[in-house]
Amino acid sequence: MFAKQSVRTFLPSEGVRDPRSPTRKLKPPMENGDLAWVLASAALVMFMTPGLAFFYGGMDRSRNVLNMLMMNFWCLLVMPLLWVIIGFTLAQSGDGGINNWIGNLDAVFLNDIGIADDNGGAIATIAFLGMFATITPALISGAVADRMKFSAWAIFAPVWMLLVFVPVFRWVYAGWLGDRGSIDFAGGTAIHVNAGIAALAAVMVLGKRKGWPQEGHPPHSMPLVMIGTGILWFGWFGFNAGSALGANGQAAQAFMNTFLAAAAAGLSWCIVEKIRDGHFTNLGAASGIVAGLVAITPAAGFVSGMGPIAIGLIAGVICCFAVGLKSKLGYDDALDVVGVHFVGGLVGSVLIGFFASPDFFGGDFGEGLFYGGNAELLFEQILANVVAIIYSFVVTFGIMYLLKVTIGVRVDEETETTGLDLAEHSENAYHESAA
Amino acid sequence: MKLITAIIKPFKLDDVKSALKDAGVVGITVTEVKGFGRQGGHTETYRGTEYQIDFVPKVKLEIVVDDGAADSVVDVVVASAATGKIGDGKVWVTPVEGITRIRTGEQGVDAI
Repeated sequence: MFAKQSVRTFLPSEGVRDPRSPTRKLKPPMENGDLAWVLASAALVMFMTPGLAFFYGGMDRSRNVLNMLMMNFWCLLVMPLLWVIIGFTLAQSGDGGINNWIGNLDAVFLNDIGIADDNGGAIATIAFLGMFATITPALISGAVADRMKFSAWAIFAPVWMLLVFVPVFRWVYAGWLGDRGSIDFAGGTAIHVNAGIAALAAVMVLGKRKGWPQEGHPPHSMPLVMIGTGILWFGWFGFNAGSALGANGQAAQAFMNTFLAAAAAGLSWCIVEKIRDGHFTNLGAASGIVAGLVAITPAAGFVSGMGPIAIGLIAGVICCFAVGLKSKLGYDDALDVVGVHFVGGLVGSVLIGFFASPDFFGGDFGEGLFYGGNAELLFEQILANVVAIIYSFVVTFGIMYLLKVTIGVRVDEETETTGLDLAEHSENAYHESAA
Repeated sequence: MKLITAIIKPFKLDDVKSALKDAGVVGITVTEVKGFGRQGGHTETYRGTEYQIDFVPKVKLEIVVDDGAADSVVDVVVASAATGKIGDGKVWVTPVEGITRIRTGEQGVDAI
């Protein structure tokens, strides 16, 4: 049997959940080594938002690249403030009762959270988690590319963070979903499945680009895509290994898992493309790497040995085919957020039900089916994702729809044709002299 | 005076430029252009989707010469730009009504 993931509160006096064991708490003050790693990880995760911006931006059209960058950098401007003002307290404060669904306001404006008693552990962890709150809405930008009014995005992103990201995060890490026993190390469900399905809802309201799917545009800068990919992989070591909230063995294994799953998925995606299309491509390698990183995110602190390699290989293959679904099903997910983040996150989260190896970690989370467990963990993984999917889809659809009928969410036809950078931002990415 | 316009493959630019210099041509203007004739474009593949790229990058040269030199300069361009493969390009000649050297104000043949 396995222990249920207990509610993790975050007031300094009570201690934060020990990621090695859902029933133990880390006791403040945070040790120096742990603090150093959490701070370094926070910086690594911060770097992922610009990395994502370049990853998407390079895939986008040159006339819209600045709009894509702006959507991502906007998150870096707004979310940190929103997180410390109200996001964090709703996501992590309080314990039990109504707080299984949403936090209280005890830590609003980081009220009473100092550094004297816990060596800065709380502040460091809040900053770390704030980076996640920043990048999760940014993920959606890739789907709505080329046609969303920036003023609509500027409102959508922070509203989504509060109404969708925070509640799902709460249920997984400090609420009823985690209590039931599902596990999510760094945010497969809470971040990737969440944002991925939100992207689907968003584009269903936003509508297809003019001429899609007949007219397509290749990436305008593959070098920029690869720079973004490198930054994302680098930063992801903080995203996953940092979620151990300590400089310990679990962090080391999470690091290793991040290393292996990305490589394996990049490889399997490339091989599928070579067989199916005839070439090894940079975009295939990049997409596979990201798919592997997404898939290992929920599992990073719970799998070991060849598990991460298997997860990466599987995610690479599945996502490579998943990105082809959009034209068959008729939704214009411009840069494949659904195919990579939603599908990859779901794959990784469900595979936990097979590959979780608590003995390796000395932890008391559930065992995966391949490690002697029964199907209970698998069931909880599936349930947690189904809940997140339904909630995220419905609320995201509602937010976008409300924006659509009030200020509108699409740029006008002429702007969509001539490009968003000049019209929305009065900027031009490339001043070319020749034709 | 004549304006000689040539569309050539970009990697042949150095060869053509050297040949023109050797032939005594003192000035040329080069522009990066794209286009297609019979060569047609190519396909690129991204995430399994093929994109047909119709236009092919080329280089355009513009050279103003004295009437008498036009034919031989055309020959030089053709000889130095040819690879024998499809997409080598074209050269054409149009009349120039007047030309002025900006620095000195010289006109006509003296301005070439």
